[in-house]
Amino acid sequence: MSNNKCFVSGDEAVALGARLARPNVISAYPITPQTIVVERLSEFVEDGSLEAEFMHVESEHSAMSAAMGVSSVGARAFTATSSQGLLHMSEGLHYASGARFPIVMMNANRALAVPWSIYGDQSDSMSQLNSGWIQVYVEDAQEALDMTIQAYKIAEDENVLTPFMVNLDGFILTHTYELLNVPNQEKVDEFLPKYETENKMDLENPKSLCFSSTPLDNLEFKYQQHMAMINSKEVIEKVDKDYGDKFGRYYGGLIEEYKCDDASVLLVTVGSVTGTARVVVDNMRSEGIKVGLVKLRYMRPFPEEKIIELSKNVDKIGVIDKNISHGYEGTVFTHINSALSKMNNSPKTINFIGGMGGRDISKEDIKDIFKSLLKTTNEDKEKTVQFIGMGCEIDE
Amino acid sequence: MEKPKLVEYKRPKHINDYPTGPTTEGGKLVEKNAGWRTYKPVVDKEKCVNCLRCYLVCPDGVIFKSEGKVDIDYDFCKGCGICEYECKLDAIKMIKEDK
Repeated sequence: MSNNKCFVSGDEAVALGARLARPNVISAYPITPQTIVVERLSEFVEDGSLEAEFMHVESEHSAMSAAMGVSSVGARAFTATSSQGLLHMSEGLHYASGARFPIVMMNANRALAVPWSIYGDQSDSMSQLNSGWIQVYVEDAQEALDMTIQAYKIAEDENVLTPFMVNLDGFILTHTYELLNVPNQEKVDEFLPKYETENKMDLENPKSLCFSSTPLDNLEFKYQQHMAMINSKEVIEKVDKDYGDKFGRYYGGLIEEYKCDDASVLLVTVGSVTGTARVVVDNMRSEGIKVGLVKLRYMRPFPEEKIIELSKNVDKIGVIDKNISHGYEGTVFTHINSALSKMNNSPKTINFIGGMGGRDISKEDIKDIFKSLLKTTNEDKEKTVQFIGMGCEIDE
Repeated sequence: MEKPKLVEYKRPKHINDYPTGPTTEGGKLVEKNAGWRTYKPVVDKEKCVNCLRCYLVCPDGVIFKSEGKVDIDYDFCKGCGICEYECKLDAIKMIKEDK
């Protein structure tokens, strides 16, 4: 049997994926809703099913610092965090990407305080887009497991060497149970061989790592880092294909198009809300309404070429953001508009902010979004940033 | 007591000539670093018995032996004075730099 099936939560799927990737060291600090990942991995180390060191660190800042130490000797590092924890390690995020350490981290997307909230939204990772990490957002537990394995393959590619963040919506994915196909360890080992790198501390070949630079060389290192992220686009597509060929599951690479071919209106979603939107698209299509869905999988690198290509024959694009850059608009919306500004006659775009702090985005909400998009004309002065699912009246 | 050698830094001509990330082979220094020193340690070679306590405590590794006696690499000494403080024979004195 090449696949084992089990019924697990998204957090457990990440832990299973991490075990299959054979990290040498896991350094992590528990935080809701990521905790189960850390619990399972420590159990795997304890019962001997994962040959790794488990470091109980005192904070997320230490978790990332330890992961950098692991990577700096050429070993494979795994960590996981969420929300306040992600922000606490923010300094380390930039450090790890600048050092070109291919660390893989799971992030359970959760709201940021205050108001204090343990519930899900994407404010945490969206605030870290400039940290130089690749960011993927998954739709279900299976994708979470598969991307944890793919993450190492992409991050460790010699043309990429960039750390990788796998994002799961807090609770909606981390705590929901699903039937999961767990790949066979031998096949994963074939797909993901041991990490080999020149970029490490080594007694045989001593190196100075993470040195300072004067203004004479800083820009060059940052350019190099930028180009590595740009190069990762091609690697992401190839790894998605290779993974699909080997394990039978393809995710579309940077984005997944769902029924976009003849659609006049598109909705862009990130993460678990995509699953809800699929049902709405199917329902509306059955009524003859031509709507399509774009599952934006990667925020870094940002797939602007694909967004432009998809937008050529479209009148209107809606973007759901489970975050807001206060005083402006949703972060995904800003990115989509930036991509569209590079084409002629770009479609009208509207931003729908919702799902913050754990509030659900329902099928009805999404249907309303599509209806709102369909009735909007280019001349309409309708607000381009709209809040959906507000619990009280607001002054328009 | 081998110190890294100061070597001339040749700026890469093409981006591909840069290492992947800020790394380089170990034991290489490309520029002097002592500009903020106010007092410099001076070794009294008559008093010095080569115990090498100063070598052990120097945080910047700038103490070495020259012709059998302790010497200091002023290209990298920051002038912290730990060597003077630690020397049991008062063989090291911090002297104000002439600037």
